[in-house]
Amino acid sequence: MKFKIISALLLLIAGFFMISCENEQSIEFKRYYSEGAMVYQSHCQNCHAADGDGLIGLIPPLNDSLYLKNNKTALACYINSGMKGRIVVNKKSFDGAMPANNLAPMEVAQVLTYINNAFGHKLGLTTVDQAEADLGKCK
Amino acid sequence: MRKLAIGLALLGLWSACKPGSDKKTLPIFGSRTPISKTVDGKTVTDTIYQTIPKFKFVNQYGDSITNKSLDGDIYVADFFFTTCPSICPVMARNMLTVYNTFKSTGDFKIISHTIDPKHDSVPELKKYADKLGVAGNTWWFLQGKKEDTYTIAEKNYLVAVKKDSTAAGGYIHAGYFVLIDKQKRIRGAYDGTDPKQVEQLIADIKTLQAEPDEHIAQ
Repeated sequence: MKFKIISALLLLIAGFFMISCENEQSIEFKRYYSEGAMVYQSHCQNCHAADGDGLIGLIPPLNDSLYLKNNKTALACYINSGMKGRIVVNKKSFDGAMPANNLAPMEVAQVLTYINNAFGHKLGLTTVDQAEADLGKCK
Repeated sequence: MRKLAIGLALLGLWSACKPGSDKKTLPIFGSRTPISKTVDGKTVTDTIYQTIPKFKFVNQYGDSITNKSLDGDIYVADFFFTTCPSICPVMARNMLTVYNTFKSTGDFKIISHTIDPKHDSVPELKKYADKLGVAGNTWWFLQGKKEDTYTIAEKNYLVAVKKDSTAAGGYIHAGYFVLIDKQKRIRGAYDGTDPKQVEQLIADIKTLQAEPDEHIAQ
């Protein structure tokens, strides 16, 4: 009997910790995401549109989950160094130039968290450490 | 009873003051000079409005486009360049809405002047039009001498904008859509980056289309 009560209590405590842990993570995610939405608005939206649809054949959309997944660690450099040349997004070919940006690693992490989870994606959080590491590998 | 009478009177007043929304006319921008001339022995006064003068540019198909190419058309003019990363995509997105609304009406055109003719050659403009899904002859992307484009922009199209703008210079980059009527007079200027103003532009084009044809002194 005593054992049962103790184990139930332990379980309750463990559960409580798990929930609070998850909450902390989701709070962090939400903070990144909402800050990222602001960065998106001021640096990306003009071209890629509010709904991430891009502009017909001129500017690629950001709604191709597979593309984002396959280029996950390169995205930070695409943002800050810009892009040039032919790419295929959503089975459509684009051949233009994206200008470079000069975002702080934190802003890059925030906007990537936004892009990776807006427009129908569920690709999770990009932390500032990840963004910093990815930016360090830019050519 | 008395209250009812007052109420009715107020209602009458209110409806008398209501503007006739379907009789809306657009302002005419630019300078105007009165002229007197003799017609059938009588002196009549007429007004010369500022109009868009003669011009000659080349479109994305390599065809010469002059002021005559737009005779009988209502048109919208703007200024852009294909490599512009800031406001141009927004303007193009908004202009596409205008294009899609009127592309099947015969008396309407859009002319987008490049302000970077060095880079935006005829094939470059054609590529840009293709990427936007623009075909046919409703929307022309025009290239010409840089001075010609800047002169017509500042002296002719953007006079309507200049009046309200406090910032000196940089009108060309400000992303205005300028509405020109069939008589080549400026009838409106809209911020091409603001979807609300572009909605107004679409409404105003419809108003212009409903205007009866008139001949004006030139």
